Order: sequence, then C-alpha cells, then structure tokens
Amino acid sequence: MTYQSIDALWWQIAFILIAGWIATDLWRVMGVLLGNRIRETSEVLVFVRAVATALVAAVIAQLIVFPSGALAEQTSLGLRLAAGGAGFAAFLAFGQRVAVGVFGALGVLGVGMALGL
Amino acid sequence: MTESAVPKHDEPIASGGFWYWYGRGLREVFSLPALMLMTAFVGFAGFAREAGLPAGQVVLMTLMIWALPAKFVLAAAIQSGASLAAAFIAVTLSSARLMPMVVSIVPEMRTKGTRTWVLVFLSHFVAITAWVIAMDRFREVPREWRTTFFAGLGCTLTLGNTALVGVVYGLAPSLPAELLGALFFLTPVYFLCSLWGSAREPSGQLAMVFGLLLGPVFYLLVPGVSLLATGAVAGVAAYGAGRFARWWANRT
Repeated sequence: MTYQSIDALWWQIAFILIAGWIATDLWRVMGVLLGNRIRETSEVLVFVRAVATALVAAVIAQLIVFPSGALAEQTSLGLRLAAGGAGFAAFLAFGQRVAVGVFGALGVLGVGMALGL
Repeated sequence: MTESAVPKHDEPIASGGFWYWYGRGLREVFSLPALMLMTAFVGFAGFAREAGLPAGQVVLMTLMIWALPAKFVLAAAIQSGASLAAAFIAVTLSSARLMPMVVSIVPEMRTKGTRTWVLVFLSHFVAITAWVIAMDRFREVPREWRTTFFAGLGCTLTLGNTALVGVVYGLAPSLPAELLGALFFLTPVYFLCSLWGSAREPSGQLAMVFGLLLGPVFYLLVPGVSLLATGAVAGVAAYGAGRFARWWANRT
C-alpha cells in the first residue's frame, strides 16, 4: 500500500500520521519514559545511532546527487559535488561552524552558477 | 524603570516569571542556528512541493513530525512510491537519534514537581537545532524555569517554521529558479555539517561517510528501498568497523 494506492485525502493524511508522526514521536515518548535509565554510551544506542546516521547521510547524498526541480536544472553534478565538498572542508577547517560550511558551499555554488558550470 | 521601582513580594524580578523565561526561549529564534534551520525549511517547502505533496499536508508534516531529516525521508519515500510499511520503517530508523537526544535533555529540565505529560509534550519539539540551542543555553536558566524556556523556544521555532513552510510553498513558483536552486542546496549542506558535529563516536562519522558513498549506488540499484538498504548496510559496516577499531586499540 503506497501513498498513491488510494487517491483520497483521509488515506494521505493517515499515511503521513502513521509513517511520519507516530514514527518520530514514538522515539521522543520512549526517550522521556526511559529518562535516566539508559546510558548514552549503551552499546545498543551506538548501533542504532550508526544506522540512523547512515540513513540521514543517504538522504543528503540523494539531495546532492539526484536533486529534483530547480537545483537539477540550474547546476551540474560536478558543481554540486565541488560546492558540497568545499563547504564541508571549510566547515572542518574553521572550527566546525555550520554557518561557515553552509555559506562556503553556497558561495562556490553561486560562483559556479554565474560562470555557467 | 517604574517596574523595578515597584516592590513585588510574590515574584522577585531577579529570577523572572513564566513569561520572562518563555520570552527568553522565544528570543533564541533569532539566533544563527535557528536562522540556518529556517533556510533549510524554505528548501523543504520547495522540495515537498516538487515531490507533489499538497500544501495542507506539507504544513501537517511540519507540525506533526517537526524533525527535518524525518520529513525529507518521508517526502522522498512518498515520491519514490514506497509502501506504508517501508516508509514507516525508514522514518522510524531516521528518527532513532531523537531518543538519545530526549533521554539526555530530560534530566536537564526535570525537577521533582515536573509532570511526565509536560515532558512528553515538550519532547515533541526536540530536534537537532532546538536540542543544540537548549543544551547550550540551559546553563543561564534556573532549573525550575527550564521547561518554560524550552516551551518558548520549541513552540515558537515549530510554529514559526510551519508558517514559513506554508508561505514558501505558495511563493515557490514566483521565486527565481537560481534562488530556489541555491535554497534546495542549502539543506543537504546544513545536514552534512550538523550531522558530522552531532556524531558522538567514530562509528557515527564512519556511518555518515559510508552512507554518503552508498546512498547514490543503492538509489540506482534498489530505488524503492534505497534509504533502508543504505541505512542497514552502511550502518552495520560502520558499527562493525567502530567495534573492530575499539578491539584493536584495546588489544594487548
């Protein structure tokens, strides 16, 4: 059963609430209930965090390598990889400040777009 | 001036009242991390629109999910025609990080009198940016006002970005394509940096590198379940490598 299976508003909202709301707040409520009883260094959490981080990384890669719409039309894959790489390198080089990484990447992307790369 | 001149017996000015600490939390919405988050939400609104989701549902997603990576996972899953079960598992996995974040913020906010339902309600606002700001600012907030401070921060950040998503969704077609392209690019770079910063152990950063490399490969090989497959394979590999590294270091 996909989001597109049933073309009705109730199904689309149910899809978002089940796969979105319940899937996220489940963890938050569990976090409150577990409170102090679980250690952040617990081995299970290390494994869960590794899988979760890899999943978000896959989303990042998908947004950079296979973007949709405006970004795909305006930029080449090479420029996006170069801009992302430059931004991340600047982020690492200047004390891991997110703003440095973001503005660095956007700067490279902007110059590349102006040059028609 | 006149306020401080009038003596108040019930509420000392120095420690402030409910609205003072609620306002202090609210004010954090104008900090740099919050600003970065807002621009990422602009990118999300555009992405969700291009994924074919109607405005009302994008607003609903923002309000009910809040965590940005989870919303991108859900929108991407819907776009790729994933089943309800596959979408649920993908979002659940991508949100597992929320539990350790909540587990670590709850002891900072809790007092003897704090009710569990208050913490459950406030936990909904826990996501990367709100968590980072709160953990940074709690030092300046008296313990009994931390839930109030976080309520001001969380509610304002969530409602503000929900409104922003609605407005940007409507504006998206009239924005210049160059600007939209740049905004779409902002989101992955923002995640790239904050994800790296929030990784606790080497296996977390390895998982990120493996996920970045394997993600596009699985996207081409197994389009429907690429996120799950990447999470599983790259996650297990990173965890295994992390354990091996620890074992190697502790040898002798």
